[in-house]
Amino acid sequence: MEKLIEQLYAASQQISGFIYPNEVELQWSILIVIYPYITGLVAGAFILASLVKVFNVKALSPTYRLALLTALAFLIVAPMPLQFHLGHMERSYEIFLTPHLKSAMAVFGFVYMWYLMVVLLLEIWFDYRKDLVEMANREKGLKKLLYMALSLFSRDISPKAIAFDKKAAKIITIIGIPSAFLLHGYVGFIFGSIKANPWWSSVLIPVVFLFSAIVSGIALVLILYMVITMFRGKKLDMLCLDRLADFLLYAVIVDFSLEMLDFIHRLYQSEDSIHIISELIKTKLFISLIIVQILLGIIVPVGMIVLVKFFKYQDELRRLVYFVAALLIQMGIFGTRWNVVIGGQLFSKSFRGLTAYKMELLGMEGLFVALGFLVLPFIILYLVTRVFSPWEEGQEQSIS
Amino acid sequence: MFNPLKIFKTIPEQIIRLLLIFAGVIAALIIARHLFIPASFGKLGHYRADALDEIKSLPVQYAGRDQCAECHEDKIAILNSSYHKGLSCEACHGPGVKHVAAGGDYELLMPVKREFCHKCHAFLEARPTGFPQIDTITHNPNKPCIKCHNPHNPTPPSPPSECGVCHRSIESMKSVSPHNSLQCTTCHAAPREHKLNPRKYLPSKPSAREFCGKCHTKNAVASKEIPRIDMDKHGNTYVCWECHYPHSPQAE
Amino acid sequence: MKEKTKNNKLNRREVLKKLGKYLPSAGLLWIASSKLALPAEENGKKHNYGMGVYIKRCIGCGRCANACKEENNVPRDPFFYRTWIERYAVNMDGEVSVQSPNGGIDGFSPMEATRTLLKSFFVPKLCNHCDNPPCVQVCPVGATFKSPEGVILVDEKYCIGCRYCIQACPYGARYFHPEKKVADKCTFCYHRITKGLRPACVEVCPTNARVFGDLHTLSSPLLRFKRMNDIHVLKPDLNTEPKVYYANMDGVVR
Repeated sequence: MEKLIEQLYAASQQISGFIYPNEVELQWSILIVIYPYITGLVAGAFILASLVKVFNVKALSPTYRLALLTALAFLIVAPMPLQFHLGHMERSYEIFLTPHLKSAMAVFGFVYMWYLMVVLLLEIWFDYRKDLVEMANREKGLKKLLYMALSLFSRDISPKAIAFDKKAAKIITIIGIPSAFLLHGYVGFIFGSIKANPWWSSVLIPVVFLFSAIVSGIALVLILYMVITMFRGKKLDMLCLDRLADFLLYAVIVDFSLEMLDFIHRLYQSEDSIHIISELIKTKLFISLIIVQILLGIIVPVGMIVLVKFFKYQDELRRLVYFVAALLIQMGIFGTRWNVVIGGQLFSKSFRGLTAYKMELLGMEGLFVALGFLVLPFIILYLVTRVFSPWEEGQEQSIS
Repeated sequence: MFNPLKIFKTIPEQIIRLLLIFAGVIAALIIARHLFIPASFGKLGHYRADALDEIKSLPVQYAGRDQCAECHEDKIAILNSSYHKGLSCEACHGPGVKHVAAGGDYELLMPVKREFCHKCHAFLEARPTGFPQIDTITHNPNKPCIKCHNPHNPTPPSPPSECGVCHRSIESMKSVSPHNSLQCTTCHAAPREHKLNPRKYLPSKPSAREFCGKCHTKNAVASKEIPRIDMDKHGNTYVCWECHYPHSPQAE
Repeated sequence: MKEKTKNNKLNRREVLKKLGKYLPSAGLLWIASSKLALPAEENGKKHNYGMGVYIKRCIGCGRCANACKEENNVPRDPFFYRTWIERYAVNMDGEVSVQSPNGGIDGFSPMEATRTLLKSFFVPKLCNHCDNPPCVQVCPVGATFKSPEGVILVDEKYCIGCRYCIQACPYGARYFHPEKKVADKCTFCYHRITKGLRPACVEVCPTNARVFGDLHTLSSPLLRFKRMNDIHVLKPDLNTEPKVYYANMDGVVR
């Protein structure tokens, strides 16, 4: 507790104006920034996969399995920052036993379970079942047992069964799209429904969250596709990359329009909180909002992608531009999450003052733990791809 | 007819395996609900009803004045006829439950330092006018308050000499205004009892424009420096103090 | 179900007749049942506690905030308060400045003397024990709730420490207990009021600026307070229906 008190004294030195005495301590830390970022990536990657399965965008099929596995890896990590944030982690099961259904947060456990089991795991299972059964037949010993278990001891790989698999996967994807919206949309609703906080309380927040999730998901899969393919020494499918960049561009434009709408609406309505919020943006959030989220996270990458599309440059330049743009966009979306979560707590509900967030380095809610949660999904993804290969056999060519 | 085995054979094997797993998960959830939800949950609302009793049984620290009266009747009697009659004993002496439980053996706070009385009686602009406040620097510096004021009957040794003793912020405002040479009693007739029982015996307040006119009309018998106005024309429908705050009456 | 007859007109008349007979009695029954179905509040058995605050009486001495921390074992560090005092200073040009040094527990130091001060006053703040509490609405597990007496409480054995309620409170009344790791706040001294005592803050106030009472008892000091004073509540536009009422509170107070 002493460390906390020390931090709070340090934070209280940076108060400007008047804040309620209980507001010195920020309640939701960097871990609560990481959580929507991760579920956003899950939803976005899944929407990308659904573009292939449901909307039949054939050009994107090299990324289909990768997108699903990425979603899975991030979904596994998603509840961890929440658990670490809780004051009583050991009581978290109460959300399943006595969920208070009036609370958006109570929905979390069930939406997560639904998405994990009914959508993601099922879809992955149906897509990989044929391969799993084949590998079970091929392998021996412990590996054989593993693949048999993963295929749930099914053995039928007749054309009829495979057709059923494909149909089932399609149905699940169709169910999965609104489920993905729900998984990330409810996070937006958790913020959007807090009437006490005018920075959060907005009908647009769930929608903005969703679209920035789609943006970050597509950008992530683009980055992963490029990195992994180059590591494996295979050739990048430029058609796929171009289409990925297309969808990324569309999503960013929609996302930016929504954010601008929120901004303009706020300025125009000029409600009670506009003064403190303007001060917040001009001082505490200037770098993370104006520079990182808007300039570097949207305007520069969109400009880059549009230029490249307009002037039809060669493959190498396009690849570089896509990669850098996707990285910038990722950074921008992380900035978005930071600005919403931390930004909303930096001004007082008295609308008369601003406070500061002192992030600890070590400790359960510190920077290192947060970075760990960002790195962990990639490690899990690597391990998962050892069992489930993201590539169809004979799908790509090697770099000659 | 309904042949379960036939229907079973037509269901693809994937579905059967999946259904089994989901049935297991749901069964586990249902069993968990029966085993682990606290017994009193839901009886009065969506919460653990036992929590009410747990909170009710938290220890009490402040005993309340009735408890003090049980042993300290004499002090309470003095207090009840003094200016401090609304004051709880524990506001100065601290929480008294342990003192009561120990039959008086547990010692309570006995504030003697000046700074303690200052908590209520130091002059602060935001304190309501009429509440007795003193300038902590000039009012008998370094002397403990209790030397002149018995805390249980804090009537000062002599009644306040000036209005400003209780009406400090009005006094300080008036003293830098054009009305600074005016006595309070010029405009407010205060009965002698007001100093002893302020809320019962109230000072008077002027009620007509003519009162201010005594000094401020064109022909008034008063000093030349006093600004004069034409009483018939200047702000005729208002009384003077609707615009000019009498304790700081300047227009700009 | 009436069968379709040739003579539809007659059929309709019969239906209307029946409706005319049964509807009014059904209506009466519905009204009667809704009256009967009212909770015990109408019988006078249930309480609904609230508090009144006379702004003009508060001298900002901080005894209430101090007594609260003593009574309820609240950590003494200046970041955790169940109740606190704010001092407002309004300038002649409308500028407002607010302070609350250590919640007012150690009192306030004199303000810089200025000729442009219009007025200044103290405002005690605490949990409003709202009738439509946003904090209770957002608790995911049911750890914070409205007691049968209208007091908003936290079950410290059940709270998982997600801090959602602290975010949802528009008044800054809640804090995260640094040792217990659960949400905490003013309980109206539930452990005292259920024994017939008054909350600690009400007990020690030297000027009787705080009035505690039961809205469902006709002879309650709180009802008199509401009758005789013009009542304000904090942030009424948020529809939280607070039960801490302020008399003569200036509009600059947030």
